[in-house]
Amino acid sequence: MTEERKNKDDGQATGSPTSSKQSNDSSTREIVIPGEVIGEGDLLPGEGTEKRDGKIVAVRYGLKESDSKLIKVIPLSGVYQPRRGNIVIGKVEMLTFNGWVIDIGIGENAFLSVAEVPRYVNKNDLGEVMDLGDMAVAKIWGINARGIDLSLKSRGLGKIEEGMIVEINPSKVPRVIGKEGSMISMIKEETDCQITVGHNGFVWIKGDEIENELLAKKAIEFIARKSFVSGLTDEVKKFFEEEKK
Amino acid sequence: MITPEINKERVMKYLQEGKRFDGRKLEEFRELTIETGISKNAEGSAKVKLGNTEVYVGVKMAVGEPYPDSPDKGNLMVTAEFLPLSSDRFESGPPQFPSIELGRVTDRVLRESHFIEFEKLCIKKGEKVWTVFVDIYTINDDGNLLDAAGIGAVAALKSAKIPFYDGKEGKIDYEKESKEKLPLSKDIPLSLTAYKMGDKIIMDPTREEEDISDARVTLGIKSGVVSSMQKGLNDKINVEDLGKIFDLLEEKSKEIVLKIEKSLK
Repeated sequence: MTEERKNKDDGQATGSPTSSKQSNDSSTREIVIPGEVIGEGDLLPGEGTEKRDGKIVAVRYGLKESDSKLIKVIPLSGVYQPRRGNIVIGKVEMLTFNGWVIDIGIGENAFLSVAEVPRYVNKNDLGEVMDLGDMAVAKIWGINARGIDLSLKSRGLGKIEEGMIVEINPSKVPRVIGKEGSMISMIKEETDCQITVGHNGFVWIKGDEIENELLAKKAIEFIARKSFVSGLTDEVKKFFEEEKK
Repeated sequence: MITPEINKERVMKYLQEGKRFDGRKLEEFRELTIETGISKNAEGSAKVKLGNTEVYVGVKMAVGEPYPDSPDKGNLMVTAEFLPLSSDRFESGPPQFPSIELGRVTDRVLRESHFIEFEKLCIKKGEKVWTVFVDIYTINDDGNLLDAAGIGAVAALKSAKIPFYDGKEGKIDYEKESKEKLPLSKDIPLSLTAYKMGDKIIMDPTREEEDISDARVTLGIKSGVVSSMQKGLNDKINVEDLGKIFDLLEEKSKEIVLKIEKSLK
């Protein structure tokens, strides 16, 4: 079932390619499927893996990555896995007596309490702040048995007033952001737009001209489509040069 | 997730300038590709792609009893299934309203345009007639499934061949190769849909555009004659707009029919 695949680029969050000559070993990545045994012995199971009867088994479909101690799977597709501290973009699904229920694109809904909004909220009219169908940028501050709790208490969070929302696969988000945000700042610079990338795969673009917003959208979709290509930063640069002709 | 309300503002603003997000004109269709004969076991089959929207249609035939009100005519049954793999909005389980509507609309277009010559599908009057099953499966949903399904149904029927029927034994031999084509009228009927957004009328919307449309009208057109109609979504359509839609869709149907005929050769 396993398929060897040449993937010169360094997986998830990096924007720059690693030299394939120096690290020939790490440049060859194995594609694994859920249920496949990917390691045994003293290795620690990392993200996307599970320990079963002393064997480490992949639970996601993706690329296997391991060093001397840890073994993990970088997912190639799949739904968003919420984590504490993640920035997410969601849509108001329901108003309750003390907060908003927000759809962040996964099976369960997230809850934003009135207490987590850094401004005065009239409890009798929550719709004044955010109404049904409104979009918001929020932060996950807690995940517990009851569900996911969101907060707006941070810079750059709040209701989205205008712009457009683009949806990409959540596993492509690290590539869109790039190494230390290099990719996203390049798009911002080239298109003159404000861009917020939610970890759940929703991207909010806001610019002065719709043309600019569409260019940013096109660039993001381009990155999501070519996320496995090595030297993606150069490819995106080329993409912008061609688009601007 | 359903396209958010704020995207609507942007799409509408762009429409006012006569432009769409993917660079098409208001009435322009996405790239249409039709492939027939994709299924070995079906009597006729077609794969239709409209941009990223993809639909498979299969035609199957069986012998059955005619309905009492049409003892010398064959039967037609159209069903549509929205496979969960085609969109994250479709769930498996009993059919939901959109998939029932798609089947009904396509059924009506084929039936009311008299595309299939049902009289020729009679084997023995009052006892045995052919039943034509048209099954529509969505493979990928990026908007405008209605038109894609209509085109697919027509293409699949065009490529369909009647299987060999043994009158003595009363059995159908599906294995035996047959050359008898399904009796169809020369002209091709089409179901085409116009979507209304604000005061603009667009055709072949993407998923995003379809989500934020205010109203839609589907017309079944065969050589300039409108024989069926379906109105959808919540907003109203006034008389002037409807007149405009009739003209636009009639024009468009000629163009699409040419494309279908070309790809069937």
